[in-house]
Amino acid sequence: MSERKNKEVLSGVHFWQGDIACAEGAIAAGCRFFAGYPITPASEIAEHMAKRLPEVGGIYVQMEDEIASISAVIGASWGGLKAMTATSGPGFSLMQENIGYACMTETPCVIVDVQRVGPSTGQATKAAQGDVMQARWGTHGDHEVIVLSPNSPQEMFDLTIKAFNLAEIYRVPVIVLSDEIVGHMWEKVRVPSPEEIEVYNRRKPSYIGEPIFGGVGEVGVPPMPRIGDGFNLLITGSTHNEYGYRKTVDPEVHRRLVTRIVNKIRKNADKIIDVETQDIEDADIGVISYGCTSRSVYDAVILAEEKGIKIGHVRLRTIWPFPEKVVRELAERVDFILVPEMNLGQLIYEVERVVGCEAHVKAISKIGGGEMITPEEILSEIRKLLGR
Amino acid sequence: MSSKHFALKFLREETLPTAFCPGCGNGIVMNCFLKAIEELGFHDLSGFAFVSGIGCAAWCVSPYFKADSLHTTHGRPIAFASGLKLARPELNVIVISGDGDIAGIGGNHLIHAARRNMDLLVICINNFNYGMTGGQVGPTTLHGVITTTTPYGNPEYPFDLARLVESAGANFVARWTTVHVRPLINSIKKALKKEGFRFIEVVSQCPTSFGRRIGKRTGRDLMKWFKERSIHISKVRDTQRVEDVIVVGEFVDRDRPGFVHKIREIIFKVRGENV
Repeated sequence: MSERKNKEVLSGVHFWQGDIACAEGAIAAGCRFFAGYPITPASEIAEHMAKRLPEVGGIYVQMEDEIASISAVIGASWGGLKAMTATSGPGFSLMQENIGYACMTETPCVIVDVQRVGPSTGQATKAAQGDVMQARWGTHGDHEVIVLSPNSPQEMFDLTIKAFNLAEIYRVPVIVLSDEIVGHMWEKVRVPSPEEIEVYNRRKPSYIGEPIFGGVGEVGVPPMPRIGDGFNLLITGSTHNEYGYRKTVDPEVHRRLVTRIVNKIRKNADKIIDVETQDIEDADIGVISYGCTSRSVYDAVILAEEKGIKIGHVRLRTIWPFPEKVVRELAERVDFILVPEMNLGQLIYEVERVVGCEAHVKAISKIGGGEMITPEEILSEIRKLLGR
Repeated sequence: MSSKHFALKFLREETLPTAFCPGCGNGIVMNCFLKAIEELGFHDLSGFAFVSGIGCAAWCVSPYFKADSLHTTHGRPIAFASGLKLARPELNVIVISGDGDIAGIGGNHLIHAARRNMDLLVICINNFNYGMTGGQVGPTTLHGVITTTTPYGNPEYPFDLARLVESAGANFVARWTTVHVRPLINSIKKALKKEGFRFIEVVSQCPTSFGRRIGKRTGRDLMKWFKERSIHISKVRDTQRVEDVIVVGEFVDRDRPGFVHKIREIIFKVRGENV
């Protein structure tokens, strides 16, 4: 038994690549199904899962494309397994329709997007942060997903566990929005003992006939049975009532369903959101970052301190739902907020929406070649803005 | 003695009558499938899971079958079903959907599931067109035929689905029409007892969106046409093309181990024990 547990959670200190840490986090969270399709820079996740899942009695299958991969993941999730796929921009685009299906059918699943330079094939081996809005709005129609942004191999492990837990609690697809730098970076990763790892599982219905697509108020998450357990489930991406029956013309049923699947995330945002803050109380200037770019901000904070400038740093581990409160808090304390991103402006629009006239919001953008925004570039922008 | 139709115990009665057009072949396929289930001795569908995509044929199982059904996105039922089967190998996972869904937008999943010998029974109801959306040309539409998107005649040629899936590696492939009720039931029974990928194409009538454009306005007209054109595989000559005849029969029946079996072998090899 203890040997079995050891194979599931590799407790100890490791030198791991981000992609490997992600795969190990998934297994530690109880993921027992992976369907994927090779793509740089996410292939290492599939390769590691192919090796590791059979060791823990799990299923790895390489599908014919990314559409099939996310489809199989959703099918496996309804079969009762915790399921995941991993991809990058082009494959993430292909998955969008079925991410919407997972939202509509309230299917827990985890999608890892190790971002690379786009659009299109772009620069396949180079890092970017260009999928922030696709992660939020890639599928059509009103919906909410949860998007997490790791900035180290350690967080690839930790946030993948968190992604599974949130998926199970809220019955929603959760996206781990990584990038090539974090995915391919090798660093120390500490894996806790199994007892230290919190793992949540979907709530099961207490009786046959209990509604599983509603009947839980306006923000509730209904229980979820497995296929094959005698529930005679009707699962459909069409608008459906709380028992799963298609109601494709009834406006009230649609409003009730879609408002709830949106509100179960929006109204629980405070419970979901996870941010790291540095020195925002007495900051001279604010910086909002996520993913690999946040690592440069850490250094910029130190460099700025040497010049007597205090950066208030908000680092988003949760990108969606957007952490409005802490951003507003920061805006009340500073005149300028910088948003460094490896794209030509994505998250900055959300920051601007929330900040309004409270502060000036300025982008630091860099794209191409996977070149990071450097601490010096951040500092130089700050000094320009503050005139010192 | 009950006067109820045998199939009612397998159906959600509150959803009947079906939404299908008068003359549609979907009811015949449902009837044949449930007859096969009945004849195999099942009293309910509890050991089965049904997966379908988008289109009229996808509605056979959702909502009418009193069973678990996963009504998926367009073209993807085989991929969803693959994940479900791997997660719950003890279930008999069945895909029932149309030709546009399975061979058009979902054609890639069809050939790869056959190649993989995924343990699924796929029943493809082929009505030669995209019926639900109003009768557009599809991957099975005969050459030269007028549809809403080929107003001057179809310039393309159709797939021979049964042969396509056979060559892709399926364990069992059969094709019948809605006229061949008894042979279809027998093939379904045979397929249900096998592992690996099993594919049954059922040529079916769509008088509303397809038949009326080729001068066959009723289901009866189309079924008569199927009967005239059908030729059993044992009697087929090399010169006969898919657009001239409907070759019916069982195309392949082999017993390669299914994908689930292969995956279990790997897990056993790695762990040294069964899961």
